Amino acid sequence: MNPWPFVVAAYSVAVALTLALLFWGYASMRRSEAAADALKRK
Amino acid sequence: MHALANPARFLRFARPATTWLLLIGLALAIVGMVAGLTLTPPDYLQGETVRILYVHVPSAWLGMAGWLGIAGASISQLVWRHPLAAVAGRAVAPAGATFAAICLVTGSIWGRPTWGTWWEWDGRLTSMLVLFFMYLGYIALASAERERSGDGRIAAIYGIVGAINLPIIHFSVLWWRTLHQGQSIGLGGSTIDNSILWPLPLTMIGFTCLFGAATLMRIRAELAQTKVEARMRRLGAQ
Repeated sequence: MNPWPFVVAAYSVAVALTLALLFWGYASMRRSEAAADALKRK
Repeated sequence: MHALANPARFLRFARPATTWLLLIGLALAIVGMVAGLTLTPPDYLQGETVRILYVHVPSAWLGMAGWLGIAGASISQLVWRHPLAAVAGRAVAPAGATFAAICLVTGSIWGRPTWGTWWEWDGRLTSMLVLFFMYLGYIALASAERERSGDGRIAAIYGIVGAINLPIIHFSVLWWRTLHQGQSIGLGGSTIDNSILWPLPLTMIGFTCLFGAATLMRIRAELAQTKVEARMRRLGAQ
């Protein structure tokens, strides 16, 4: 059995889920902080 | 630690820390993964599939460390009533759930060529799957409590009680001898040869920094959201 497709699949899952977590965290942080700043200026 | 329980003081620390953790985490994780894929020799028994350990082991550690963080935050919330403790618990949970999921999926992918099966109801695999479902339960419970303006006490108790699963996961390979291998890395050293082992600390520290960055971003998002909600309530009352 060729092991490389399994190695590539494992790394792809790890990288994709970690990046998704970071992008989601960053987007929600930016959105919330922008809303808080906009309210402060009102 | 107690000094950082003040949200304003915490934010002064969290803003630069988020960027640094993100940059250091990305650099170490990328270097560790590239080194693990290209610079280490294949294992004499597992062959090339041993390379999966550079992403599997950090995710297993972070899946468990995440719940330890929830339990610690829960104790701080119930005992010292730290204003940030409930927020920290809720912020750790998505990162912990993500890394528990990565651990389960990469372990399953590693199991197919090594054990000849994607899944086995073995002690380590089953207790890790239970941890993943416990994360989902915690996220649902903590979100529901927050929406109802509760003090988060039920989620905190759940976080402390759920920590009972951590020693079960850790000792499962000793208590039930099934498919999952025993402990390869301990305080006394490692049974893995150094030529294979050396990129692992890089990915361990790298992914831990990324876990920290993701948690800090969630805490900052929640603090900003709380500020917006308080402001809206004040505007509504006027």
